[in-house]
Amino acid sequence: MSLLGEDIVTEDGEFVINMGPQHPSTHGVLHLKIWLDGETIKRVQPHLGYIHRSIEKMSENLSYRNFIFATSRMDYLSAHINNEACALCVEKGLQIEATPRAQVIRILMAELTRLSSHQLWWGCTGLDLGAVTPFFYAFREREAIMEIMEETCGARLTMNYMVPGGVMYDIHPNFQKRVKDVMKQIKNNLHEYFEILTGNVIFENRTKGVGYLSKEDAISYGVTGPTGRASGVSCDVRKWFPYEGYDKVQFDEILDNCGDCYARYMVRMKEMDQSVSIIEQLIDNIPEGDFQTKTKNVIKLPKGEFYQRVETARGELGVFIVSDGAASPYRIKYRSPNFSNLSAIDHMARGAKIGDLIAIMATLDLVIPDIDR
Amino acid sequence: MTNEEIKLFISAHIPAATFDESGEFLNVIIASEELLPIMKELRSNRDLEFDYLFCLTCIDWKDHLMMVYHLLSKKHRHVIVIKAKITDVNDPQIETVCGIWKTAEFHEREVYDLFGVKFINHPDLRRIFLMDDWEGWPLRKNYVDENMIEI
Amino acid sequence: MDVSEKLIFPGQKHETADGGILITKLDDAINWARANSLWPLVFGTSCCAIEMMSAADAKYDWSRFGFEVARATPRQADLIIVAGTIVMKMAPVLKRLYDQMADPKYVIAMGACTISGGPFFYNTYSVVKGVDHVIPVDVYVPGCPPRPEALLHGMIALQEKIKNEHYFGKKAEKDK
Repeated sequence: MSLLGEDIVTEDGEFVINMGPQHPSTHGVLHLKIWLDGETIKRVQPHLGYIHRSIEKMSENLSYRNFIFATSRMDYLSAHINNEACALCVEKGLQIEATPRAQVIRILMAELTRLSSHQLWWGCTGLDLGAVTPFFYAFREREAIMEIMEETCGARLTMNYMVPGGVMYDIHPNFQKRVKDVMKQIKNNLHEYFEILTGNVIFENRTKGVGYLSKEDAISYGVTGPTGRASGVSCDVRKWFPYEGYDKVQFDEILDNCGDCYARYMVRMKEMDQSVSIIEQLIDNIPEGDFQTKTKNVIKLPKGEFYQRVETARGELGVFIVSDGAASPYRIKYRSPNFSNLSAIDHMARGAKIGDLIAIMATLDLVIPDIDR
Repeated sequence: MTNEEIKLFISAHIPAATFDESGEFLNVIIASEELLPIMKELRSNRDLEFDYLFCLTCIDWKDHLMMVYHLLSKKHRHVIVIKAKITDVNDPQIETVCGIWKTAEFHEREVYDLFGVKFINHPDLRRIFLMDDWEGWPLRKNYVDENMIEI
Repeated sequence: MDVSEKLIFPGQKHETADGGILITKLDDAINWARANSLWPLVFGTSCCAIEMMSAADAKYDWSRFGFEVARATPRQADLIIVAGTIVMKMAPVLKRLYDQMADPKYVIAMGACTISGGPFFYNTYSVVKGVDHVIPVDVYVPGCPPRPEALLHGMIALQEKIKNEHYFGKKAEKDK
């Protein structure tokens, strides 16, 4: 009997299995119900909510300074970028801007976060597809970035460093030197990533031509981020709707038209290069000045609706604040990238083998608390 | 198309529609019954071609519910916000837009789960986050839960 | 069992005060083996799971203390590290996983969410406020999320707890 109390063989002779909520390759507590004909997938139905923490309801009772912390626990691998989205949205309502110094610090932090997130994804993809070594290689660089984060923000994972008007503290005196060291280390070591996994025959066979998603479907499903760009959809928010001065730095939007797992893998690998390049452009050019614009102790947004989007490591995160003039938001909606990306999984997995589903999930790079919120 | 042209286009289809340009995007407020035809038109018209529904949500204003659809055109790069007002709070119903944008299927299930809005013709309308036997619609303003500890 | 109690069947021995030399030494041997080969279940719901992964990587390396054999199935695991928030929908699943584990089994509550609901204590309708409402907990590790060192400390504390357990003799009766 399955978890849902239904039969495991349907009338058509299809075999129904439940993958998750406790499964090592679902990266958390995703529950997929899969209809199989032999080994071929007929249908996939995601069951969500195993980590639905009601962040939106909670935020309705928190002040505009305090609601930001919960977003670091949503997509914890891009915690900085989530905080940034909230801070930007409140700033949009107040019609202020962060100081130039704060803006550059924010970009640097966001790109470091993106790097560490992609590194963790790379390690986990290896684990899912049967290679354990990448995990250790990925954490070598990731730990170096975590140390920088800890030195400046005081936390390794859930930083809560962005506040409306800037950042909470100034950067640590060692920051620039350590970032440069890490960038050097990453540039020297990035080729190892390709040597270990990219050219591997098993890896290529398991990812090439698997989990195809066309451009039209990607747009219709609202798929964004590296997953969308691997299907040829230009959707980088940093290019489309530049924020924080992303229009002043040089970087490319990586696009690939193949739309399969291997394309998604390559897009993320190339994005790491771009992040390194952004950081190198800015690390010596942090403007002097204040790290925070002065704001009132109790922030009250004017009546109205404010929408801010940013590019997290997984795609487009939208923060939609509805204000009725009070000191806490009337309604907050997070448009999370993973939620939309996951909705395409049924479409991508149909007709594939059960083993391919692991590759599809690995390259979608899902973070479950971001889906459930 | 500029905002003015979009306004003229929508006014031609729905004379009763009201507009609000105070925010970042052009807001169009319509009644919930008029939603589906205008959405189909917005998606298929060659000059508009809103192919990307990037946010779908609902706001509980106590006396009515407001469905909010954020639309973007990848080709023309314009954004529009369609708001559909549902006046019946006790039994809110609206047509689904699943057939136009596939992403709506999950987002509408989320709105059903948290607000209790019933989407007519939705292929698979079940609770998405909470257990099937959960009582009440948590994000409604009148939701009470004895387990919830309020500050 | 009290020494003055009547013997029930022939050949039954009197219990000595602390179990006697042989049994105490046997306890020690078993505890030593159990404490140094705890196999954790791969169970992570949210942020704490990433710090748990960090504890497994080369820098912090929990295999120094015998934890490296992480198992994906509860039937092969001795230890469940509850890493992340437990919500109402997940609670029955966690209980079922715990029930499927073979005795002796241990639980570490990692992070503020599992101790009390943590940051999700107020105004949430779906969070279980402390994992000890669902399963018994041996060691609590505070933090949001705890550092890998904190998790290692919690695991070593659990080892010490195991080393003081008694499976034979008088104290075992008491422990029950």
